[in-house]
Amino acid sequence: MDQAWKKQSINIRPGTVIQGKWHRNRYVIKRRLGQGAIGTVYLCEWNGQYGALKISDKATSMTVEVNVLKSLEKVQGSRLGPSLLDVDDWEVSSSSKCSFYVMEYLEGEPLSRFISRHGHEWTSVFMLQLLDDLKQLHQAGWVFGDFKSDNLIVLPHPPKVRWIDVGGTTQIGRAIKEYTEFYDRGYWGLGSRKAEPSYDLFALVMVFLNIYYPKRFEKGANPKATLLKKLNDVGQLRNYRECLKKALLGGYQSSDEMRHDLLNAMNAAKHKGRSGRRRRSIHDAGSPLIEGGGIILTALFYYLSSLILP
Amino acid sequence: MKKGTLKQILLITDGCSNKGEDPAVTAAICRQQGITVNVIGILDDDQTEDPQGLQEVEDIALSGAGVSQLVYKQALSQTVQTVTKQAMTQTLQGFVNQELKQILGDNQSLEEIEPEKRGEIMEVVEDMGETCDLEVLVLTDTSASMHDKLPTVKEALVDLSISLNARIGRNRFCIFNFPGRKKAIEKVLDWSPKLDSISTVFPKLTSGGITPTGPAIREAMYQFGKKGLLKNLRDEDGPSVEEAEY
Repeated sequence: MDQAWKKQSINIRPGTVIQGKWHRNRYVIKRRLGQGAIGTVYLCEWNGQYGALKISDKATSMTVEVNVLKSLEKVQGSRLGPSLLDVDDWEVSSSSKCSFYVMEYLEGEPLSRFISRHGHEWTSVFMLQLLDDLKQLHQAGWVFGDFKSDNLIVLPHPPKVRWIDVGGTTQIGRAIKEYTEFYDRGYWGLGSRKAEPSYDLFALVMVFLNIYYPKRFEKGANPKATLLKKLNDVGQLRNYRECLKKALLGGYQSSDEMRHDLLNAMNAAKHKGRSGRRRRSIHDAGSPLIEGGGIILTALFYYLSSLILP
Repeated sequence: MKKGTLKQILLITDGCSNKGEDPAVTAAICRQQGITVNVIGILDDDQTEDPQGLQEVEDIALSGAGVSQLVYKQALSQTVQTVTKQAMTQTLQGFVNQELKQILGDNQSLEEIEPEKRGEIMEVVEDMGETCDLEVLVLTDTSASMHDKLPTVKEALVDLSISLNARIGRNRFCIFNFPGRKKAIEKVLDWSPKLDSISTVFPKLTSGGITPTGPAIREAMYQFGKKGLLKNLRDEDGPSVEEAEY
């Protein structure tokens, strides 16, 4: 039935026209965008408009994802997932059939690439943005579940991190539907796989650790110690270390609590950075802007401007 | 709707059977008794992805109405839980499809219904999957070649218990290995709600040269409905009411 080596990838050549069985919309496949646990995503064109078309032979799992997307659309005043444009089946031949759905196409770049290109001051901006979105999601009764770098994208002008794959989103109180080991607190022995806000907050920290450890790392004999050591070793995260550590250990029950501590840590770092700069300026009048305080100020500025310009 | 109990056998092996009845036959008998048979075939690191002989893995799962997957041992943990959950959904969906046929006629199944309504039906299937009780009998092949894979199997099973115990429904697990010293299978762990206790039990496994997969599946089938299980479920009835509250 399901074989690991087949990976459920469906190969569709660019130019292929996919017509829905029920709604009869025609989509022209442009190129492949990515491969998820359940299906393959293609860029498609339809009535001169671009869309992201996800296709799979697993009708059941696809239906579950569509249900999630529909529920997220009902969360008012925010755009948590991509908006859903169409849901249909494609009859490849008389005997084989695939399910597909079409979402809004979000064009951006991966989180890690954005940060390496534009600088580490963006780290805290994205943390705050993600915490805001998680707050809304949790308040609506959902947990993201499969929170990982691959499921995030940064849209430009102004830079805003968005979720592109919400397939793992699970109702609070249930068992997490889908997860990736590295981001899963159960794998690290640091909590259950029950859907609760703290599950996402753990994964959020792992997303940022993944930026500094692109190849990730093994859990070793003592997973908890490994994890905390890896966190400690990242100099760029030192200002928020305590807050991130608390999130890894399940110390936050809501994203608001974590956001509060993160903002405090940013402010503290700003003050520390200022006094440090003053002392140093006696010896060296070099560019202080790349140091802590400057970074935090810029970060706050970008974060606030991203709130004003939705 | 009455809350039911799903019964599954999870067979973990790395080769083919070479003794006794055809495992596909015993798996088919299980299916008739309402027990799903899932099979995970572990590949050696140097094995190609389409090995000869492991066709049996797929055949057993097909006749046992279960899910099969071949994996390298590194990916075992995630596979064990995916296979188990997929099989649950598959079984529940089977029930739903039967109901649909009764209501709407023979040609109706979930796929034949328009996407909008399908969504509503899947919500019901998901609810059932989250709340139903589940009994999993893990049947581990301990023939000689499996030896270096057993630590990974153990880890995967603990991980499975973490995943399933996050559900609202109750779980019962037990572990048997085969071949047993005297019988086709040998009990490693009796029916229990968690698998944490296996860390001490598992290293005691012995290994032999023969792989009587068919007889092992048949013996495993008899373990469902044994007294130990019934007693266990009754004992847990009290506390589970409280558990369900959060």
